[in-house]
Amino acid sequence: MKSVISPLDLSVEEINELMELGSEIKARPEKYSHACDGKILATLFYEPSTRTRLSFEAAMLHLGGKTLGFATADSSSATKGETVADTIKVISKFADICAMRHPKEGAPQVAAANSTIPVINAGDGGHHHPTQTLTDLFTIKSLKGRLDNLVVGFCGDLKFGRTVHSLIRALINYPNVRFIFISPKELRIPDYIRNDWLLRNDIPFEEVTKLEEILPTLDILYMTRVQRERFFNEEDYVRLKDFYILDKKKMDLAREDMLVLHPLPRVNEISVEVDKDPRAVYFEQVEYGMYIRMALILKLLEINVE
Amino acid sequence: MWSKGVESMAENEIKQGEYKLHVGKIEEGFVIDHIQPGRGMKIYRDLGLDKLDCCVAIIRNAYSRKMGKKDMIKVECPIDQFNMDFFGYVDHTATIDVIKNGEIISKPHLELPKKLTNVIRCHNPRCITSTEQQLDQVFVLTDPENGTYRCKYCETAYRDDDK
Repeated sequence: MKSVISPLDLSVEEINELMELGSEIKARPEKYSHACDGKILATLFYEPSTRTRLSFEAAMLHLGGKTLGFATADSSSATKGETVADTIKVISKFADICAMRHPKEGAPQVAAANSTIPVINAGDGGHHHPTQTLTDLFTIKSLKGRLDNLVVGFCGDLKFGRTVHSLIRALINYPNVRFIFISPKELRIPDYIRNDWLLRNDIPFEEVTKLEEILPTLDILYMTRVQRERFFNEEDYVRLKDFYILDKKKMDLAREDMLVLHPLPRVNEISVEVDKDPRAVYFEQVEYGMYIRMALILKLLEINVE
Repeated sequence: MWSKGVESMAENEIKQGEYKLHVGKIEEGFVIDHIQPGRGMKIYRDLGLDKLDCCVAIIRNAYSRKMGKKDMIKVECPIDQFNMDFFGYVDHTATIDVIKNGEIISKPHLELPKKLTNVIRCHNPRCITSTEQQLDQVFVLTDPENGTYRCKYCETAYRDDDK
């Protein structure tokens, strides 16, 4: 029984297998529509989420399985002081697989250590969000045709943005990927990413504050929201939340084949006028997310569809 | 600096120029030697020696042929009272003699332990250990060159000034 807590829990080969299976499911969904008959996915969401929870639930329903769970900590025994370890021991008796989102970093790891069913980390604080990483990789691979030889720009909250951290970690495994980090100085990537991941592995990167200057050089622009819930200080949030706004004028500076990704939800950082641009693929990204989660559920439940 | 009960004028001898300081022999305990000069008090605190009801001697800036100066700590206590990982963590360049019945019974090699359990605490307020107090505080050595430890749960690096 395997759990997926960090993007590092999956090898490049395993990720490639998942993407192949995801493509196959996307191409022939009817073939997989009863693959999880009789199986139950528990979605334990201690923090509000629309996309991720519904994506997991949609994935399981499309596979013929069922779902149960809670959508906020208020509706769980956490309010009574139950530990994550105890909760997962109970859930293990009801479900075959579990997706957990928790505001505290490391909570899904605690769950996995106490679980008899596979646990998928659906986001733990500012830490990891491996299925978003799989979604991002699958989207890039499907629409760009490759995960190597890319210039990838990350823009916005690079300090607390767990999707950014996880995607950087995953892309390091592919040759000739160069990163450009666009953020205000308060929201720059954490030191451990700069030192332990990039400098130590001689991965080329730049840190800039102006989006316009580097737009023409990018293959991928990964926009992020400045997340109110990650700030202890409301003033800092208000000051930084609209630091970058991608609009049509800025898109004119970008290459014709550049892709704009965003983990969503979007607030002000991408103007709605950009949605019509064929390079804006963040809504397609959501669909890829569901297919890759379907692939992950099948793999973790060790279900092969012939 | 002496804690209570330490007898002076015995076998161990530390020389610095003309000055001689004698510290009593211990029956059971540890001698932590070759501590980087100035770190003795920090190790004293980190090991929680200030909280023990046993005989402790700290010698600062003792003469050392190898190091020029060094700090030393002698602790008279039952030898199963300390976790060797802890010694390695606080100063892996130090040496340690384990003493029982007045004799040195081992000289464990100190190195940075790969994992520390309940030695240091994670100070990340977003870490699961901040709310679930029953969890072991586990840190993993991620960068032996720089002695960086990261929390097993949230991967936040432990800084020396967190202590």
